[in-house]
Amino acid sequence: MKKEWPIWEIFIRSKNGLEHRHVGSLHAADAEMAIQNARDVYTRRQEGVSVWVVESKHITASNPEKSGELFEPAKDKVYRHPTFYNLPDEVKHM
Amino acid sequence: MDNKSRNLEEEFQARIDAGENIEAKDWMPEKYRKTHIRQISQHAHSEVVGMLPEGNWITRAPSLRRKVALLAKVQDEAGHGLYLYSAAETLGISRDELMEQLNSGKAKYSSIFNYPSLTWADMGAIGWLVDGAAIINQVMLTKTSYGPYARAMVRICKEESFHQRQGYEIMLTLCNGTEAQKAMAQDALNRWWWPSLMMFGPRDEESPHTEQSMKWKIKRKTNDELRQQFIDQTVPQADLLGLTIPDKDLKWNDERGSYDFGPIDWEEFWNVVKGNGLCNRKRLKARNEAWDNGKWVRDAAVAYAEKQAERRVSKAG
Repeated sequence: MKKEWPIWEIFIRSKNGLEHRHVGSLHAADAEMAIQNARDVYTRRQEGVSVWVVESKHITASNPEKSGELFEPAKDKVYRHPTFYNLPDEVKHM
Repeated sequence: MDNKSRNLEEEFQARIDAGENIEAKDWMPEKYRKTHIRQISQHAHSEVVGMLPEGNWITRAPSLRRKVALLAKVQDEAGHGLYLYSAAETLGISRDELMEQLNSGKAKYSSIFNYPSLTWADMGAIGWLVDGAAIINQVMLTKTSYGPYARAMVRICKEESFHQRQGYEIMLTLCNGTEAQKAMAQDALNRWWWPSLMMFGPRDEESPHTEQSMKWKIKRKTNDELRQQFIDQTVPQADLLGLTIPDKDLKWNDERGSYDFGPIDWEEFWNVVKGNGLCNRKRLKARNEAWDNGKWVRDAAVAYAEKQAERRVSKAG
């Protein structure tokens, strides 16, 4: 039986970055090869200092059709933002 | 079409009209999916086959600077193919199937790559004109409606700009060189100009798919619009080189604010598309050899990975 290499999702953290960002996907036979391939495909211009690889099958995505109800709770909670609170100008360091 | 599908199609069109990106798991009309599989995979195949005319000159580059630049460009093209194959796979087709379609001759790729790279000056002409035309098309596609395709385009456009500059620098060097070098540059321009114009596809009135493509925001500009944009930006670049574009009807039109140009030989275009270009068979042979000769590497990688996995399991147990 022919075996195709599985697909991996690639995440790269840049030199000045705090988090790994998703940059794309590629095929590799195992995790070690996925990292080497990610280095070749996604860091040719020094884009990253750290690579994470995850087999695509391990990623669960939210259902786009359910986006409305999933994200609805945050819509009317503007009090989570600092601008909701009124303080006089004289107050410093806040 | 029943009521349910009519509503889904209407909702889908409303999302497109609102400028939303369609993602892999979203509902989409079957035709939208199939059109993208075809278009994205053709684009991917073009990148990979496009490595061949330039790969031809890597060992004969006239200086180390030229060699490293050409190597990096060809390497980038492989990467571009990979981004695009990945984007196509999000639509429900496997990498093996895509490779089979290319290797069997079932799939098309941009017919510009069926022309031979005869001299070193071709490296200049290809970078300047072929990549130039590709950039115009790809910048437009960064706004295409299908998310994975648009994102691949953003990445590709960033990398593509050095490709064109590299080609133009080669042309500049040749045109500022000996008489023979300048003549070689002019000859390359003569051979690559019209095929580059054909890269934008048939005229709008002969493109039956354009209307649906524009409606679904797959294309954001028509073939003729892009072709005109390419001509208008390239003619001054040729003037700076001191080269003559091989079109006696090329003329600035003040009213239109654009260049008028001569008739394209559409017979040649369709002939090459049908498989009778100068290098069609050679390109396909090269791709099949690469695939066949690399089989042992693919198989060995899988066998190694399985062996390592077994070792880990038996160590743990």
